[in-house]
Amino acid sequence: MTQAFRLAAGGAIDRSHRLAFEFDGLRYEGCLGDTLASALLANGVHLVARSFKYHRPRGIFAAGSEEPNALVQLARGHRTEPNVPATMVELFDGLVAASQNRWPSLDVDVGALAGTLSRFLPAGFYYKTFMWPATAKAWLGYERFIRAAAGMGRAAIEPDPDRYEHQYAHCDVLIVGGGPAGLAAARAAASSGVRLIVCDEGPHFGGSLVGESASIDGVDASAWIDGTVAALAANPDVTLLPRTTAFGCYDGNMVGLLERATDHMSAPPAFAPRRRLWKIRARAIVLATGAHERAIAYANNDLPGTMLAGAARTYVRRYAVQPGTRAVVFTTNDSAYATALALQDAGVAVAGIVDARAEAEIAGSLPRRARAAGLPIDADSVVVGARGGKRVASVDVRSASRTRRLDCDLVCVSGGWSPVLNLFSQARGTLRYDEALAAFLPESSSSVLPAGAANGRFGLAAALSDGHSAGLRAATGGAASRLSAPQTEREASGAPRTLWSVTSKRGAKRFVDLQDDVTADDIALAAREGYTSVEHLKRYTTLGMGPDQGKTGNLIGLALLAEATGRTIPQVGTTTFRPPYTPVTMGAFPGQESGAHVEPTRYSAMHDWHVEHGAGFVNAGLWRRPHSYPRAGESPEDAANREAKNVRANVGVVDVSTLGKIELQGRDVAEFLNRIYANRWDTLAVGRCRYGLMLREDGIVLDDGTTSQLASTHYLMTTTTVNAVKVMQHLERALQLDWPELEVYVTSVTEQWAAAALSGPKARDVLQRLVDIDVSNAAFPFLAVGECRVRAPDGTIPARLLRMSYSGELAYEIHVPADAGRAMWEAVIAAGEPFGLMPYGTEAMTTLRIEKGHIVVGAEADGRTTADDLGLGNLVNAAKWCIGKPLLERPALKAADRWQLVGLTALDGAPMPRAAKIVVDPDRAAPNPMLGHVTSWCWSPNLDAWIALALLARGRERHGQVLWAVSPLADAKVRVKIGPACFIDPQGERLRV
Amino acid sequence: MLLIPCPWCGPRAQSEFTYGGDATVVRPPADASEAAWVAFVYLRDNPAGPHDELWQHSAGCRRWFRVRRDTRTHTILANARPGAPLPGDEA
Repeated sequence: MTQAFRLAAGGAIDRSHRLAFEFDGLRYEGCLGDTLASALLANGVHLVARSFKYHRPRGIFAAGSEEPNALVQLARGHRTEPNVPATMVELFDGLVAASQNRWPSLDVDVGALAGTLSRFLPAGFYYKTFMWPATAKAWLGYERFIRAAAGMGRAAIEPDPDRYEHQYAHCDVLIVGGGPAGLAAARAAASSGVRLIVCDEGPHFGGSLVGESASIDGVDASAWIDGTVAALAANPDVTLLPRTTAFGCYDGNMVGLLERATDHMSAPPAFAPRRRLWKIRARAIVLATGAHERAIAYANNDLPGTMLAGAARTYVRRYAVQPGTRAVVFTTNDSAYATALALQDAGVAVAGIVDARAEAEIAGSLPRRARAAGLPIDADSVVVGARGGKRVASVDVRSASRTRRLDCDLVCVSGGWSPVLNLFSQARGTLRYDEALAAFLPESSSSVLPAGAANGRFGLAAALSDGHSAGLRAATGGAASRLSAPQTEREASGAPRTLWSVTSKRGAKRFVDLQDDVTADDIALAAREGYTSVEHLKRYTTLGMGPDQGKTGNLIGLALLAEATGRTIPQVGTTTFRPPYTPVTMGAFPGQESGAHVEPTRYSAMHDWHVEHGAGFVNAGLWRRPHSYPRAGESPEDAANREAKNVRANVGVVDVSTLGKIELQGRDVAEFLNRIYANRWDTLAVGRCRYGLMLREDGIVLDDGTTSQLASTHYLMTTTTVNAVKVMQHLERALQLDWPELEVYVTSVTEQWAAAALSGPKARDVLQRLVDIDVSNAAFPFLAVGECRVRAPDGTIPARLLRMSYSGELAYEIHVPADAGRAMWEAVIAAGEPFGLMPYGTEAMTTLRIEKGHIVVGAEADGRTTADDLGLGNLVNAAKWCIGKPLLERPALKAADRWQLVGLTALDGAPMPRAAKIVVDPDRAAPNPMLGHVTSWCWSPNLDAWIALALLARGRERHGQVLWAVSPLADAKVRVKIGPACFIDPQGERLRV
Repeated sequence: MLLIPCPWCGPRAQSEFTYGGDATVVRPPADASEAAWVAFVYLRDNPAGPHDELWQHSAGCRRWFRVRRDTRTHTILANARPGAPLPGDEA
């Protein structure tokens, strides 16, 4: 028989739409509209989990996201998700779920021995016990066993196969929560014509009102909900977001929300995102998040069959389920009487209503109705403890005069209600403790307006009117409106009584935090041991540190700490509310920005050619650059060596499109360059270019590159590939903030121009066949710049030609509009063919520049080096000021023992170790004093030696010395000879021929 | 995430901007003392309260401007284009 505990009528479920599901290997049936929790209850399944620490049997405790017990592991194909509250899982056909933290089965769990031994497992047990011997290693040994015994579900180990999306939105008013207060707020706000977003964590709007029998504005609750939601849905300025939890409130009224887009479907559509992360910026936020009911700490208050009273009512009214057959209701307030009445309606025997208040205090309209319905009420009474094995069987009720036992299989508890103010608090709203309601209520106003139960206005009538006025305030600032608040019958409710725990015989467990297995005795112990600050208490006992963040238990813990330390609850205070309100799937945060999409990828105009010609690629900033072009059977290293050798012997071409390119125009460019660069620029002439070095304000090298003067007021600056953005920002800042009087316009043209560097002794031979101008040494000398046209099969291409060299050979850079990049590149390849031209990649380029001792910003210039350290001190012009120059005068930057750039040649044929430091004695025990370190190294095919550039203390004085380069990590060492940083053609004759 | 009022583009999300540090420090004249230069490069106040700072709308109009932000609450109190005064600045 299935769904034996399903009511014949009522509820917001579809009995004709049956859904099959599986829990712990057994098949069950539920209805459309069920959650996993309600479907399990409909089938009489109450034991659904084992607790975190003691492995005690646990049942379904709540009906929403505050659920502490019923965490399950979901499986879908090979996908798995741990720690999902069964109360938040919408049932679908074929759903598969399993219980957690049990072995071999939920019914027979070996770990439950921990419960028997629990006298020996007090708060802080692990900290106290496993500290001997006091070494980290010992703890790591114990930890394996402790972790295996404790814990929750298992995380998936495969990469997440699902898709997640990000969605940004703006609105005038965001309403968080679609219960009665939220809907009343939405209705009011929408009437003023503002743009509105309403979210609710459930699949349907209506919240606690769903399935209830109240009458609002003359219609029954479900008709009012349907009418209100339909009107909102039809309004083009309103967006409704069901299944969406607002989990965090951030600066500037930005709210983070998680939408569960396809979790409820048996077969999600292909490519649909599983979850969607919303970032909504709202002018005003209404927080209609309701309140969480609290438990009461009595003995064995965790037995399956124990449930919050409001949750029991939800199961009856909304899901048409009998959560038990014989119930005891234990309460401190009127709200649980509605549960008792609902249970009676549903055919559940009510064995007793145990009310902690005196007879005279039980005077509200709900208790009156309960009395009229013949329900037995024990005033001035408490439940001392529950009995039972895997489900509650009876409770002991203590009254002033006697203690008696009541048989039952359901205990409905209400210890009062705590407004849900997480987002209010995150938005810097402050809370005050209300003695009468025994709850923290919103105090200071923040940008978030709490409404309804979240604002301490309990009961349907209060929720509707408070929601209505909050909606108007949020939308219009409280301007008068013709719309009146929804009307319903107001319940006369009696005052609640504050009751946190019920003392009982020693040893019985009275749970405060069900999810973390924290008991009232743990709180008392922590207080005795001095953990009297609420933050310490939390960390010592783990109170409120589970995935549920202590939604139903935290306040009890604070209250018990206050009692134990003789303070008031406001004196104890609360722990800080931090996002997220409920757990957020990690995959939702990166969204689609994962894997290859973490950052954009930039490709040069010649990229496809490189791919077609077998290039391997390397990342340079966001760019993909060819590393080398291996031929059949060739390793990338061999290819790079061949390419580097060919540049010095014949000619090569490298794609340098990735260099940052900035155009500067205006009357004052030369003056601006004088201030930005260390060297001098007012002496540059049209048609010439120059190497330049930029310093930071503190004198350290920022970037290097070249700048060409194309016309009297028109310049082209190149920067390093990785620093292009930083340099652009640096120039803009100086022009806009420091020297607005200079007429200089800067434009980044990196994307607009493709560039190739042609270098090698035969470069001119190739170029002469390629361009329409005279490129003889006399007509186009070293550091000349000019315009020309490149001959290509489909016509000539306008180009900028720059004679400069990074390789140290005769070399030219050809810049063309990016669209023509590939045509230019192919023309160069074709023209070079008779001269043995080969394309070369970044690896050969690096080898060539190390051979020449050319620095790279980021390697040699590492954020600590000065121009002088790099042997470029003469570039800092003495006759003029520039950014960074004044602080270069500091003694430490001029000290004799600074690390200076040198060249190293490995002796004895041994390879240069990776990331080596330079020492005198390689075998000395650590710490071995370090004289410097290698910054770049390579095999030089042109020198037949391992060479390196290094920063070395007093390096320029050490030319000729032999030291050691050692790498303790690689366990490698090599003797190195110190020399100048330039290994080839130190006079620079080759590049001037 | 802050909502930063760009004087040219209006309020935009913080992710469009680049922070540029303390706006109250001014580069000294070229012949200033070393102490003045050290103060300019290294010394910063860390006020709890209103703080004038530089931002660039780097993913927008690329303009630099000043923002007065309360460091305790992240409330943005005022903004100003370069050369324009913030409230309370000496004219």
